Amino acid sequence: MSNAVSALQDAVFKGSVTIKDAGLQGMITLRGDLSSDALAKAVKTATGTAIPETGCINSGKKGAAAWMSPDELLLLVDYAQAETIVAKLDKALAGTHMLASNVSDARAVFTIEGKGIRDVLAKGSPADMSAGTLGINTLRRTRLGQLPVAFWLGSETTATVICFRSVGEHVFNWLSTAAQKGSLPGHYT
Amino acid sequence: MLLLTCPYCGVEADETELTPGGEAHITRHGAGANDDDFETYLFMRKNPKGVHFERWRHAFGCGKWFHAARCTMTLEVFGTYSGQTFEPPKTLINKIKKKRPDWEGFVK
Amino acid sequence: MSTRLQNGGRLIDRTKQIEFTWNGKRLQGFQGDTLASALLANNQMLVGRSFKYHRPRGIVAAGPEEPNALMGTGVDGHFEPNQRATTTELYQGLTSHSQNHWPSLEIDIGALNSKLPRFFPAGFYYKTFMYPRAAWKHVFEPIIRKSAGLGKAPTHKDEDTYEYFYAHVDIMIVGGGIAGLAAALTAGKSGASVLLMEQGVSFGGRAITDGVEIDGKPAATWVKATLAALKKMPNVQIRTRMMGAGVYDHGYALGYERLTDHLGPNQNGPRHRLWRIRTKRIVTATGAIERPLSFAGNDIPGVMLAGSLRDYIADYGVSAGDRTVVVTNNDDGYRTAIALHEAGLNVPCIIDPRGDLDGELPQKAIALGIRVENKSAIGKVKGGKRVESVTLCAQAGEGGTLEEIKCDAVAMSGGWSPVVHLWSHCGGKLNWDTDLAMFRPDPSRPPLGADGTGFVIATGTANGHLYSASVLKDAIAAGKQAAKDAGFKATGTVPKASDEKAAPIAAVWSMPQGATYDLKSKTFLDYQNDVKVSDVRLAAQEGFTSVEHAKRYTTLGMATDQGKLSNINGLAVLADSLNKEIPQVGTTTFRPPYHPISFGAIVGDARGELFKPIRKSPIHQWIDDNGGDWEPVADWRRPYCYKQQGETVEQAVTREILNTRENCGLLDASTLGKIIVKGPDAGKFMDMMYTNMMSTLKVGFCRYGLMCTENGFLSDDGVVARLSENTYLCHTTSGGSDRIHAWMEEWLQTEWWDWKVYTANVTEQYAQIAIVGPNARKVLEKLGGMDVSPEALPFMQFRDGKIGGIQARPFRISFSGELSYEIAVPASQGQAFWDMCMEAGAEFGMQPYGTECLHVMRAEKGFIMIGDETDGTVIPQDLGLNWAISKKKEDFLGKRAQQRSHMTDSKRWKLVGLKPVDPQAVIPDGAYATDGTTRPNGVKNMIGRVTSTYFSPTLNHAIAMGLVEHGPDRMGEVIDFPTIGGDIIKAEICDPVFLDKEGARQNV
Repeated sequence: MSNAVSALQDAVFKGSVTIKDAGLQGMITLRGDLSSDALAKAVKTATGTAIPETGCINSGKKGAAAWMSPDELLLLVDYAQAETIVAKLDKALAGTHMLASNVSDARAVFTIEGKGIRDVLAKGSPADMSAGTLGINTLRRTRLGQLPVAFWLGSETTATVICFRSVGEHVFNWLSTAAQKGSLPGHYT
Repeated sequence: MLLLTCPYCGVEADETELTPGGEAHITRHGAGANDDDFETYLFMRKNPKGVHFERWRHAFGCGKWFHAARCTMTLEVFGTYSGQTFEPPKTLINKIKKKRPDWEGFVK
Repeated sequence: MSTRLQNGGRLIDRTKQIEFTWNGKRLQGFQGDTLASALLANNQMLVGRSFKYHRPRGIVAAGPEEPNALMGTGVDGHFEPNQRATTTELYQGLTSHSQNHWPSLEIDIGALNSKLPRFFPAGFYYKTFMYPRAAWKHVFEPIIRKSAGLGKAPTHKDEDTYEYFYAHVDIMIVGGGIAGLAAALTAGKSGASVLLMEQGVSFGGRAITDGVEIDGKPAATWVKATLAALKKMPNVQIRTRMMGAGVYDHGYALGYERLTDHLGPNQNGPRHRLWRIRTKRIVTATGAIERPLSFAGNDIPGVMLAGSLRDYIADYGVSAGDRTVVVTNNDDGYRTAIALHEAGLNVPCIIDPRGDLDGELPQKAIALGIRVENKSAIGKVKGGKRVESVTLCAQAGEGGTLEEIKCDAVAMSGGWSPVVHLWSHCGGKLNWDTDLAMFRPDPSRPPLGADGTGFVIATGTANGHLYSASVLKDAIAAGKQAAKDAGFKATGTVPKASDEKAAPIAAVWSMPQGATYDLKSKTFLDYQNDVKVSDVRLAAQEGFTSVEHAKRYTTLGMATDQGKLSNINGLAVLADSLNKEIPQVGTTTFRPPYHPISFGAIVGDARGELFKPIRKSPIHQWIDDNGGDWEPVADWRRPYCYKQQGETVEQAVTREILNTRENCGLLDASTLGKIIVKGPDAGKFMDMMYTNMMSTLKVGFCRYGLMCTENGFLSDDGVVARLSENTYLCHTTSGGSDRIHAWMEEWLQTEWWDWKVYTANVTEQYAQIAIVGPNARKVLEKLGGMDVSPEALPFMQFRDGKIGGIQARPFRISFSGELSYEIAVPASQGQAFWDMCMEAGAEFGMQPYGTECLHVMRAEKGFIMIGDETDGTVIPQDLGLNWAISKKKEDFLGKRAQQRSHMTDSKRWKLVGLKPVDPQAVIPDGAYATDGTTRPNGVKNMIGRVTSTYFSPTLNHAIAMGLVEHGPDRMGEVIDFPTIGGDIIKAEICDPVFLDKEGARQNV
C-alpha cells in the first residue's frame, strides 16, 4: 500500500492554532448490538478499549472506539491492519446481526493543536463547545459550516476532526480560515 | 430556530443539525390498500394549531429518527421520544394534558 | 453654528487628532469622535438630502436611531453605503460622502420634488405613472430607477472578511447602561455564565450624561466599580461594539460584533462577527429612544432631539448651535436647556405645551433665568439649509405667530419610547402606558421558550422605567430572575439613586393642536422616507385604517431606520385621524435586525472557495491537470470532457466517443453512490426498496435496479451486487448516495424497525474507475493479477481480487454498450490505479472520457438517466421498464401508487426513440411535440417532449429520446417539434436503442 495517500496528503496550516492532515488512519464502521458481550470482546481485541459511553470516545493501546449512534461505533485502528481487523470482527461476531466495514479511505482526519481549539470549532458548529458540555473525549457529531463532521478533544489543546474524504479540502480550508491569526473571539480562552 | 433533544444520543441539537419529517405516527398502506386508505396515507396530514406530533431526524448527529411533541403556536416542546413507537408515551400525553387542558388528546 | 467647545467631551481624546475627508473636504476630529460629532465640530449640520423631496437634512440624533446622516464610507473594496454617521467611529484617513443628491449636496436638482408635494402624496406610486402605458417602460421607470434607493451599491468586491461564532451562555444581557450592568452583576454573582453586550464603546448609558448619582456618587464612579467587579468574574464576558440584533425561538439570539470598523481597513481578523447565541434567558436593558415632536419644519437642519444635543456636549464637547430653542412636552427636555446653559450657550426660550410646570427641572431652568413659555408651541421653523428662527404660538390655536424667535438650533423632546424591539421580535407583547405615553413590555405576555416559559426579561428604561432609582431596582430584580430561571441562586442589593421629581408628560403628538393643512404638510413624521402628518391623515381618510396597511401605503417606518423615531408619532396621528385610542390601533410588527447589519456578517465565511462545499473524487487533481472541463454533478465536479490542445468542447466529446467505441476509454465513476445493506432480512428489505426482485440475485452477480417513491415515481437507479448471502452493495446515482442512504435508514428506523438490516454508506471508501471499449480486457490483462476472461468474469458479475497489486473489485457492467469493467479500488489508491490504467492502456489507445461522452453513449444504447428521462412525475412503466418491475412481489415502495388510475392511464406519455428526418438536426433539449391541433386556451396541443437529445458521432446522426403519447404504438410515425425560432424539426418515432440492440458489443 505504498501508493496510498490521504485526502490532503499531510497538509499543515499554522495560524492561531495548527491544523494538520492526520495522514492515513484506519477506520472501521461497526454496527451491531452495543450491549452484547461478544461485541464488547471483539472491540476490546481490535482496539484495546471497552465500548464507549453514549457520545464518547475511548482510547486504548491499539486504537480507539467512538460512539456514533446507539447501534454504531467507529473504530480507529492502524491503517494497514484495517482490512484484517474487519475480517476478524466478522469472524468473532459470525452468526450475530452485525456489519463491519473498512471506511479508512472514506474519511479525512485533521488534528488541531493550540489553545484556541474551542474558539475555532465554535465558529462553525452550533454545538455547545463549553467544557461543561463538551468534555475531554466527548465525541460530538455535528456540522462544521455546511458539512457534517465529528470531533473530540483529546486534551484542552488538541482536537481531532473527521469528515468525508471528498470534502476534506473544503474542511481543511474552512479550518484554516477560522484559524487565521488575530481572529479568535477568545470566548473559551 | 428550534432546539430539540435527541432521545438517542442525548444531544440538545440545533434545528440546523436536524431534518424535519412531517407528521408522526402515520400508518403505511401499501399494495392491496383501498383508495381511501392509500389517499389518507399519502396525502392527508394534520395541521393543528396547538399540540402536534412530528418526526425529526438527527441528520448531522447520530442519524436517528425520533419523535417530538410540540405546540405549533408557542413552539413549546413537550418532549421528544423514540421514533420506534406507534403512539406517544402515556407519561408524555399526561404531561401535555396537564399543560393544555383543552387539548383533545392524541388522535391517530 | 455648530462647533467644538473649549472643554468637555468624555469620550474624546483631544491629544489625538484625526484627519478624515467628507465630500472631498479634509477635516479634523479627535480620537473617540463619531463621524457625526466630528462633522458637527466642523460646522457641518447639512449632511444629506431626503429620499423623496430631496430636502436638506441635518443630524437629528446621536445614536443608531439617526434617520438622516447616512454616508457612504470607505473606498473601493472597503466602500459601504448607508452608514450612520452617528454610529461610525472616526479613524485616521476615513473617507466619507453624503448621499442622495445630484449634482451636489448644496445644489440638488431633485429638490424640485419638494415644490411638488401635492403630486407626491401617500401612495403616489399607486396613483401616478399609470398612463399612457408605454410611458412606464421608457419614461417613468428609468427616471424612478435613477432616483430610487438610498446610497450607491458598491462596485468592488468586499475585501474584508466576516465570520460566525456560536456561543452558549446561561444569560445574555443586551445593553451596557446602568440597568444592564446592575443585572449583569446580579446574574454574574450567581455563578451563571453571562454575556453582556454593549452596542457602543462606553458603559453607563444616559446615566452618566444626565448626571445621575448612585449611592451618593456620580454614576460614572458606580459604573467604573461595577465594570471592575464584572471583569473579575470568570463567568462573565463583556463585549463592546456588539449589538443585540435579533431574538428568535428557543433562546436563540444574534449578536453583531463590529471588530475593526473603528480602526479602518486592512486590519487582521474579521471585520464583523455574527454571534449566534443560545441562551436560557435574555435580559434586554436596551434603554429608550427619544421621540421627535411634530411641528412644521421639524426636518430643517438644526432641529435635533433634545437628548442628543446633551450627548454631543457631554460626550464629544460639541455644540450643535449657539442659540437653541428647546421645545418639549416633558420635564426631561429641560435637562438639555440646563446643559446648554451650563455650557455657556444661549437658550432664548423653552417652549412647553403643558400648563403646570412644577417639576424640579422646569423650576431649576426658571431659576437659572431661562425663559419658559407654557401652553405654547412652535408654529413653524424657518430656514432652508439651517434653522434661522421659530415662530412661537399657542398650543391650543391654529398656529398664529405670537413672536418670531431667532435661533440656529431647536432641541425637541416628545418623550421617550422604550426600545422594545428585542422583546417583541419573538412575540413579546406590549401595553400602552397612558401616564407615561409609551408602549412598554407586558411581563405577563413574554416571548415563550422551548419549556413554555418566557425567556426574555425587559428591564430598566427598556421596561418603561424612566428614573434611575426604579431602573436599578428593576435591573437587580431582572438579574435575579434570569439567574433563578437559568438554575442559579442570586442575591443583590439595590443601589440608591437620586431622581428629580417630575411633572407628567403631555401626550402632544403634533403642534399646534389645530395646525392648518399647510403646516401639517410640512410636519415630518418619518424623515428618512419623507412621510408627513398630512400623508398619514390622507391614508386614514382613504380607508387604510389598519396600522399595517397605513404603514405600507405611506411607507411610514419602512426605511432603514425602521421607524425608530417615527413609529409612535405616526401611530398617534393615525389613531387621532381614526378617532381611536393608540392601543386600539396597535403597533406594527418589530422584526430583526434591530439595526441594519452588514451583508458580510450574514454571509460569514461562505464566500469564494468556501461558498459551497465541492465534493472532489480521488482523481480530481489529475483531471484538473489534464484538460478536464468541469461541470457540477450534484455537489461533485465531474469533467464534461477532456480538452486537448486546440480542441473545442464538441470536438473533444466526439473524439472521446469514437475512441471509446473503437479503442478504449477511462472514466472516473467514483462519484457513484455505494451503500452496503447487510443482515438476515436484507433480501426482504431490498425487495421493498427496489421494484425488481433482488432477493433472488445470486452471490457474485449484478442486477440493474429501480427505486421509486411511495408516489410511484422513479427516484433512483443503479446496479446492485450481492456480496454474500446477507450482504448487498447498492450503487446509486452520483447525486443520490446520501439521499438514498437516508431513505433506506428512514424505512428501517421508522417502519420496519423489527427487521434485522444494517446499512453503511461506503461511497467514498472506493475510487471507481471504468475501463470501457473493445480493448478494455487487454488493458486489464496487461495489468495482471486477476482472470478477467469472459469465462472467469462474465457480463453482470463481479469478482474480488488484485489488479496491478491493488485490492480491486471489477464489476462487468456497462453503461455504454461496450465491453466494460467498473473497478472499485480503495480511494487512497485511486490515483495510483488510474495512473496504471493510463500507462498500461497507452498502447491500446486509452484516453480518459468525460460525462458528455458517457451521456451520448448511454443515449445511443437507449439507457435512461435519472434526471433526464425522469423529473419526479415519471413512473418506470412510462419508460418501458416493466421488465424491471417484479410482478411476483407482494409489495415494494411505489407499487400501490403505480396502480392508481392516473398511473395506468393509456394516454400517459411513454418513452420512445426519436430520429430526426434531417440527420444533422439536433432537437433542442426539452422541446415539445405538437400534433397541429390547438387547445381551447389557444396554445398548440402538446403530445410529448424530448428528454435527451444529442448528435451521435457513432451513427453520424442526430438522436433523441422522448416521452410521447401512445409513443410505443406509433413506431415509424413522423412528429413535429417546433423550436423557439418557429422552425419545425421533424422526427421519426423509433426504438430508443439506436446501437447494437442485441448487446453483441458488451457481451464479449
